[in-house]
Amino acid sequence: MALSRLCSRSNGFLKPATIALPIHRYVSTNTSPITIETAKDFTPHLCEAPSRAVETSSEEMLSFFRDMARMRRMEIAADSLYKAKLIRGFCHLYDGQEALAVGMEAAITKKDAIITSYRDHCTFLGRGGELVDAFSELMGRKTGCSNGKGGSMHFYKKDASFYGGHGIVGAQIPLGCGIAFAQKYSKEEAVTFTMYGDGAANQGQLFEALNIAALWDLPAILVCENNRYGMGTATWRSAKSPAYFKRGDYVPGLMVDGMDALAVKQACKFAKEHALKNGPIILEMDTYRYHGHSMSDPGSTYRTRDEVSEMRQIRDPIERVRKLLLSHDIATEKELKDMEKEIRKEVDDAVAKAKESPVPDSSELFTNIYVKDCGLVSYGADRKEVKVTLP
Amino acid sequence: MSAIIHGAGAATTLSTFKSIDSKKLVAPSRTNLPVRSKRFIVAGSDSSNGLSVRQSQKLIPNAVATKADTSATTGTGHELLLFEALQEGLEEEMDRDPHVCVMGEDVGHYGGSYKVTKGLADKFGDLRVLDTPICENAFTGMGIGAAMTGLRPVIEGMNMGFLLLAFNQISNNCGMLHYTSGGQFTIPVVIRGPGGVGRQLGAEHSQRLESYFQSIPGIQMVACSTPYNAKGLMKAAIRSENPVILFEHVLLYNLKEKIPDEEYICNLEEAEMVRPGEHITILTYSRMRYHVMQAAKTLVNKGYDPEVIDIRSLKPFDLYTIGNSVKKTHRVLIVEECMRTGGIGASLTAAINENFHDYLDAPVMCLSSQDVPTPYAGTLEEWTVVQPAQIVTAVEQLCQ
Repeated sequence: MALSRLCSRSNGFLKPATIALPIHRYVSTNTSPITIETAKDFTPHLCEAPSRAVETSSEEMLSFFRDMARMRRMEIAADSLYKAKLIRGFCHLYDGQEALAVGMEAAITKKDAIITSYRDHCTFLGRGGELVDAFSELMGRKTGCSNGKGGSMHFYKKDASFYGGHGIVGAQIPLGCGIAFAQKYSKEEAVTFTMYGDGAANQGQLFEALNIAALWDLPAILVCENNRYGMGTATWRSAKSPAYFKRGDYVPGLMVDGMDALAVKQACKFAKEHALKNGPIILEMDTYRYHGHSMSDPGSTYRTRDEVSEMRQIRDPIERVRKLLLSHDIATEKELKDMEKEIRKEVDDAVAKAKESPVPDSSELFTNIYVKDCGLVSYGADRKEVKVTLP
Repeated sequence: MSAIIHGAGAATTLSTFKSIDSKKLVAPSRTNLPVRSKRFIVAGSDSSNGLSVRQSQKLIPNAVATKADTSATTGTGHELLLFEALQEGLEEEMDRDPHVCVMGEDVGHYGGSYKVTKGLADKFGDLRVLDTPICENAFTGMGIGAAMTGLRPVIEGMNMGFLLLAFNQISNNCGMLHYTSGGQFTIPVVIRGPGGVGRQLGAEHSQRLESYFQSIPGIQMVACSTPYNAKGLMKAAIRSENPVILFEHVLLYNLKEKIPDEEYICNLEEAEMVRPGEHITILTYSRMRYHVMQAAKTLVNKGYDPEVIDIRSLKPFDLYTIGNSVKKTHRVLIVEECMRTGGIGASLTAAINENFHDYLDAPVMCLSSQDVPTPYAGTLEEWTVVQPAQIVTAVEQLCQ
């Protein structure tokens, strides 16, 4: 039984005063609109900030909780799998930043494109990717989303317009502007969210691509996920001007609290409208990652443990939504805990299933190099074995 | 020496004819060579005229076979210059498929720095012929991103050397995305531009990027050398689902040739038989083809019978055509414009040695450009690249 009400501060826990609650409460799936205010203001640059009052619904809030909990669980499971040496190479985890993936999805459709960097597991999930596909890919199995040939940094989902998954810092920005160009060319009324980090914000190709996007009025939204550290270097040590949303100069920008899923949703909605009419806009999401840059980085040499635990206590995105759910009486403590247990089981099942998937066979080494692999003969390293004559 | 060879014996004959039994050529020397009469080459893709030819010992004025009218069977062709042929191919493809667009510096209103895209902006508009700012990395990346969604951009580097700035995009995103996405995304881009040595442009503007790009898995590289194959390769490259890099040469843009009126496409992976022969296989591509043909004139007058193949496809190599030729002649000379170290010739030498070692009577010789930055001074620039005299000497050496 959701109560539609305006809550002045999301930190306030105003419980309903009088209602006698029935013995069995069903978790609310009400879709009638609730308006909640974001905790912080948006800071605009060359544009009007959107309002702090976000329209949402119980169902959406619950989906936020569920999706974020699932993402969190997935990343933690990936952490243990990496330590168990089932995942190799690089593994960049997104926990702490889930609000971004989830809030963005709430504001857009599957026709809008997303392209991001190597920290892509949760974005993949947000775009509709399956847990099993993700874990299989991480463990290098055939059933992975890229057939095991991409790895952690190369998740893609074409049918959901998710363009990946890119290892080289900043290289996805021109790609993203190219996708926006194609959307404009084909008159699709869709936008592209090109995500990059505070480290990539110093790449020249960003400014090159931004120039073209602004010149040609492309529906590109550049989202800077500012998690304060470019691997081990803090933003104040790498950028003369760490106000990334202003760096576009002639391109409008917006600074958003990236740990608040509702704020992210509002900003993305605003940005989509803006981009379809006026061309590119930069969104800076103030967010934080709990893990280090990747699994080989402990994450404690360049920041204090206090800082990390402070973030967990004060700004954790899942906790924030949990509090909102409780305060708006959309679900009880127990229901949410049950949900989390269910999700944990879901993730464990997916991991188990992925562990049993087969590895790709050796002929896969030579597939998908070319389309239709045009009449080539391709050799293995010793030129004697594993030779394939491609049709 | 660096003059453009106009309407050069750009023999694009694909015909075959009965040749002398190879047993007689085991020890080629002038006295043993049989007599040949003046031959007619009828160019046609499937002609198999069984003309038996014999070589005379006197001076042959027409040693380099001139291409007869290719469209003898279908009507008159039309004569045009190489850059016009490229433009024609591009225009036809843009007419045919609305997904094809062109992006590059000064391709639109200016008409292209070598006039390949002249008139296209007026015809197709600014959204299909895009003038980009000077940011190779970004606009190459944008072309690749657009290709991921299904567009077919033709990305022009004003000079191939500038594409070094886009190396990351070409290597990681263009070449590898089809693989790392498990086949989900195809990248049907064409990256083209002029490169090569000539016109005294200096070191940075005379680069041969085929040697740098040749290791990138997932791309195809082709080099055009005549108006006929320029148009054909351009069309094939645009229609191909794979990323193709089309190498043009700064000195070849004004070559004139008559090409067929009707539509045709050249095979991207096929090499071109320029001049069939018996004694030695000369493999070449792009501008060096003309130096080779010039040397061939001299060689024929001296009594040699070189087989000249324009390999056209730099990645992958057409080992089928090359192999058949090696099996026939048993001697190989590679003449290229790449640098000695790590060039196309180096890879081709390795490929031939590995695959056809048993058929070789002499080591594979590779003539390449010197490993130096291309100097500005005309005489020095000439000596950076392979000259016909060197080719003649090399053939004589190999055929001893």
